Amino acid sequence: MSAALDLFTYVAVGAGALFFLAGTVGLLRFPDTLTRLHALTKADNLGLGLVVLGLLPQVDGVLDGIKLIVIWLLVLLSGADAGQLVARAARGRRPPP
Amino acid sequence: MIDAFHAAAALLILALGIYTTFARETFAATVGFLAYGLLLTVAWVQLRGVDVALTEAAIGGGLTAMLLLRASARLRATEAAASAQRPGVTTRLLAAFVAVSVAGALALAVLALPVPAPTLAPEAAANIATTGVGNPITAVLLAFRAMDTLLEAIVLLFALIGVWSLAPDGMWGGRPGPRHNADPHGILAFIARVLPPIGIVVGIYIFWIGADHPGGKFQGATILAAMWLLTMMAGLTDAPPISRRWLRALLVLGPAVFIGIGVVGAFTAGAFLAWPEDWAKPMILVIEIALMPSLALTLGLMLAGAPERPAQP
Repeated sequence: MSAALDLFTYVAVGAGALFFLAGTVGLLRFPDTLTRLHALTKADNLGLGLVVLGLLPQVDGVLDGIKLIVIWLLVLLSGADAGQLVARAARGRRPPP
Repeated sequence: MIDAFHAAAALLILALGIYTTFARETFAATVGFLAYGLLLTVAWVQLRGVDVALTEAAIGGGLTAMLLLRASARLRATEAAASAQRPGVTTRLLAAFVAVSVAGALALAVLALPVPAPTLAPEAAANIATTGVGNPITAVLLAFRAMDTLLEAIVLLFALIGVWSLAPDGMWGGRPGPRHNADPHGILAFIARVLPPIGIVVGIYIFWIGADHPGGKFQGATILAAMWLLTMMAGLTDAPPISRRWLRALLVLGPAVFIGIGVVGAFTAGAFLAWPEDWAKPMILVIEIALMPSLALTLGLMLAGAPERPAQP
C-alpha cells in the first residue's frame, strides 16, 4: 500500500514539475505579454496543484493536508488575479489589435 | 543530490545579486532584488532558520521590494536624464574601491571566525525555560536581547517620521500618498475584498504562534500592513490624515509600553528591561500585543508614503 502511495507521489510531483518546466519554457519563448502570462498561470495552477496532490499521501495528519490544499487555493486566487491585473495593464498600454 | 541543489541555489543567489548590482534600469534592479529576496527565503528554510525565512519573505523581500518599486515608479520620469550623466572616472574608481574594500573586509571577518564559532547558544538554551516562552527566537528577542528589539521598534518609528518629513509644507498633517481610484467592480477591488479576512487571520495566527513556533509580531504585522495597503490601493479605504491623534497614539503605544515595562523591570528585577522570574511570560505577551498594532500601522504608513493631499478633500 505504502509503495503504491509513494509511486503516486513520484508520478504526481513529477508531472507537476513538468508543468513548471513547460511554463518556464513558455515564459522564455512566447512572443508577447498575454501568451507569456498564459504559460505562467498554467504552471502555477496545475503544476502546484499536482505537487500538492502528490504530497497529500505523505503528510502526517489531516490538518497538514488541509494546510497544503489551502496554500494551493490561495496561490490559485492570487495567481489568477495577478495575471488579470498584469494583462489589463499590458492591454491598456497599447490599442487592441 | 541535496548538495547539488544547495550549490545551484547558492550560485543562483550570487548571480541574482550580481545582476541586481549591474542592472542599468532601476525597475530591472528592483525586480532582481525581489527575486533575490525570495531565493534567500528558500535558503533560510534550507538552513532550518524558519523564523529568519519568514522575516526575509515579509520584510526583506516583500516590504523592502515594495518600497523600492514605489521609488522606481517615481524616478521613471527622470531616470533617462539621471543615467545620461555618468560620473567621472575618478568617482567611479573611488566608489568601486570603497565597495570592494567593504566586501573584502566582511569576507575576511567571516573567514577569520574561529571554528567552531564562539556561541552563547547552550547558555541561552539552558535558560529559556525561565522566560516561559517556547520559541527560542522569541525568547532571545524579547528576554535576552530585549534592548535590540526595543531599538528596532523605535528605529521604524524614526523611519516613518523621515518619510513624513518629505511632505511639502502645505500638506503637513494631510493624507499620505495619492488617492487610488481603482475600478470598484474590477479584479483589484475583488481581491481586496476576498483576501483581507484570510490575511488578517493568518497575520494574527503568525503573531500568536510566535510564542512557541516560528512567527512573531514583525512577520504578523507585515501581513496586516499588506492587507491594509491592498484595500487602500483598491480604493476601498483611504489612508488617514497623519495629524489624527488616535493614529499618533497607536504609533507610539508599542514602544511606550515596551519602555514602561522595561522601567518596571528596573524596580522589580534590578535592571532596565529585566523581567522578574515568574512574570516574564505575561510581560512579554503584553509587550507583543502592544507592539503589534504599532508595527502594522508604522509599516503600512511607511509604504503609503509622505502626505501629499489635504486632510479634507
